[in-house]
Amino acid sequence: MRRFAFGGLLLTIVAVGPALPVPGRSGAAAPPPIYTDSGIEAQLVRIYAAIEKNRLDQAMNLTESLLHQHPNFRLAHLIRGDLLLARSRPISNLGNATNAPAERLADLREEAVARLQANRKKPADNTVPRYLLQMQPDQKYAVVVDTQKARLYLYQNENGRPRFVADYYISHGKLGSEKAREGDKKTPVGVYHVTTSLPRQKLTDFYGSGAFPINYPNEWDKRQGRKGHGIWLHGTPSDTFSRPPKASDGCVVLSNQDLDALAKNLQPGLTPVIISNDIEWLSLDDWQAERNALNKNLDAWRTDWESGDTDRFLRHYSKKFQSGKQGFDAFAQQKRQVNAGKEWIKVKTDNLSMFRNPGKDELVVVTFEQDYRSNNLSNQMKKRQYWIREDGTWKIVYEGAA
Amino acid sequence: MPSSLPTHRPTARLPALLVALALCFAAPLARADNLADIQKLIKSGQYPQALEKTDAYIAGKPKDAQGRFLKGLILTEMNRPADAIAVFTRLTEDYPELPEPYNNLAVLYAQQKQYDKARTALEMAIRTHPAYAIAYENLGDVYAKLASQAYDKALQLDSSNSAAQGKLSLIRDLISTGTRPGSKPVVAAAKPSEPVKVAAAEPPKPAATVVPIAPPPPAPVVSGPAKPVEPTKATEKPATTAPGKQASDTASTESEIVSAVQGWAAAWSKKDVKTYLGHYAPDFQTPNGMPRKAWETERQQRIDKPGKIQVSVADVKVSLNGDKATVKFRQDYKSATLNSSAGKTLVLIRVGGKWLIQQERVG
Repeated sequence: MRRFAFGGLLLTIVAVGPALPVPGRSGAAAPPPIYTDSGIEAQLVRIYAAIEKNRLDQAMNLTESLLHQHPNFRLAHLIRGDLLLARSRPISNLGNATNAPAERLADLREEAVARLQANRKKPADNTVPRYLLQMQPDQKYAVVVDTQKARLYLYQNENGRPRFVADYYISHGKLGSEKAREGDKKTPVGVYHVTTSLPRQKLTDFYGSGAFPINYPNEWDKRQGRKGHGIWLHGTPSDTFSRPPKASDGCVVLSNQDLDALAKNLQPGLTPVIISNDIEWLSLDDWQAERNALNKNLDAWRTDWESGDTDRFLRHYSKKFQSGKQGFDAFAQQKRQVNAGKEWIKVKTDNLSMFRNPGKDELVVVTFEQDYRSNNLSNQMKKRQYWIREDGTWKIVYEGAA
Repeated sequence: MPSSLPTHRPTARLPALLVALALCFAAPLARADNLADIQKLIKSGQYPQALEKTDAYIAGKPKDAQGRFLKGLILTEMNRPADAIAVFTRLTEDYPELPEPYNNLAVLYAQQKQYDKARTALEMAIRTHPAYAIAYENLGDVYAKLASQAYDKALQLDSSNSAAQGKLSLIRDLISTGTRPGSKPVVAAAKPSEPVKVAAAEPPKPAATVVPIAPPPPAPVVSGPAKPVEPTKATEKPATTAPGKQASDTASTESEIVSAVQGWAAAWSKKDVKTYLGHYAPDFQTPNGMPRKAWETERQQRIDKPGKIQVSVADVKVSLNGDKATVKFRQDYKSATLNSSAGKTLVLIRVGGKWLIQQERVG
């Protein structure tokens, strides 16, 4: 009876995702993982494996050692409660505290599912998040968040190719993602970067060991009329090890130890933070193809600009183009006027990054240093463009100084 | 060491320990008288006198386990937990093979909300004596208590806050509170109104106090001490027992009853759940007053498990009172994971010519 009940609990949890082998159960000596995350999930998996094998004493020992490391880890307390209760009566689910507040119980169950699934589904070696098309050379790391999986992935820039380093459990907005308004308790979806670093000393306990604001709302958000501010990556208050998957007012929240580990790799003003609902993964081949296509477009845009042929140049711009108050027609007219006075134009782009915006729209955020020279004007600037795919062709839908 | 010390008894006889401690073994008559006097005083609530007598008794026999055990009980009754703990602790040191002092220590610790200590003590009691029913029962409660503390931490409930406590119904009915509605004390058949399941050195119904609980169809998951969970209803004493043998004029009735009980055990052994459940009366008193349906489901799941079960009954004693019979017997239970032998009482009633089980309890 008890065995059955506990098995049921485990199955409930693991049945949510596709049935991948649980690490360590297949028996095959898996190569040591390259992941450097906190290992909480691995410990949870061992606990559940012990439960599944009916080794409840072992499960209890593992749980207690986890609690020894993290005395405020509520989920571990819940599991401990279950393991204790299982000794006195059959239990049927994770969290058998009768008449406990259902919401809090549901929160912990969601956390359990998120953590166990994350451990089962590490990114495959030969895939990358579609969003990381190109990192600029000085961006050492990039952060990609999956709100549905309650997970943050850290990638290292290895000669332009993103290499998976670690992943962490995160919480996001109480009411989900796709932030649109101030106070909607949602986490924005899009391409952002860390703007500054706020140390623990400047913060209340609520933010834990530190905070890294990101640039929500970005140019695209503003253009879409999205409002709100103060979206940060930050830590956890001292009374709990972690928060439920959906807990924040829109921020991305990590446990303090995870935030500390992550913080070492974040460069204020530089490190991209891409937040998605559900990361799209590309094989390296597909990723390379998409990246090449975009680079080609960018290069065509540059050479067409240098050609002085305004029509050729303008074909790279969407009819929906908008920069500040200037729409496509005004922009086109201005370019024609300017180009009329040019004898030669040289455009160089450098330090280029390309990040695909998560979501249905095919949108890529391109940022680079532009070195513009001509017979009557030279200008160096950091430029940001949003390229959108219209009828199969990449077009610029926004550009401006970054 | 006096020959009467329980240390000398083979461990196999430990189930009878309380009885032994209270009365039996080859002790001089004077000693037994002395102890019986003390027990009478305890029973009538004259604790200070009992304590005085016990102290005098111990003064003559400083090592006597039974005397010291009684002293611990008296101190417990007198609400002197620290002193009682000291007495029982020394007993566990001198007689580590006795489960009762551990059990009573655990009860005292639990009263002081020191559940981890209580747990350790009970686990020791069970280690010394794996079939010690009270310790299992108490340990189950302590586990439940520890579990609810863990849940409080998990769910951020303040257990010092009585409102929150009310929400977790697990919490309330631990050892320290007496009246758990519809509750079970396996032990309590002996002393139904005794709130604290202190292993009492009280002779009257020793069998009920000490006998291991009827085996549950094993609860295999629990690799630790599996708490036996056979339905046991701590009823007030069935009204039927008293009339005694008067009704035994009808031998045929008695044999009907015995064969009903045997049929019940046979259905259980055959894992014929339908027939097994058919032996229970419509007004069967389910354990803890749980809904009949839930109880049936639980029985079904327990019985209908892989592995052989063998249940046999022996030493059947029937007391008949009209259409009601109280049957006491020894139940031997064997399964892949558990062997046990325990006293059991069934109260059967005659319904439409058939004898059906109305109450089932251990002891």
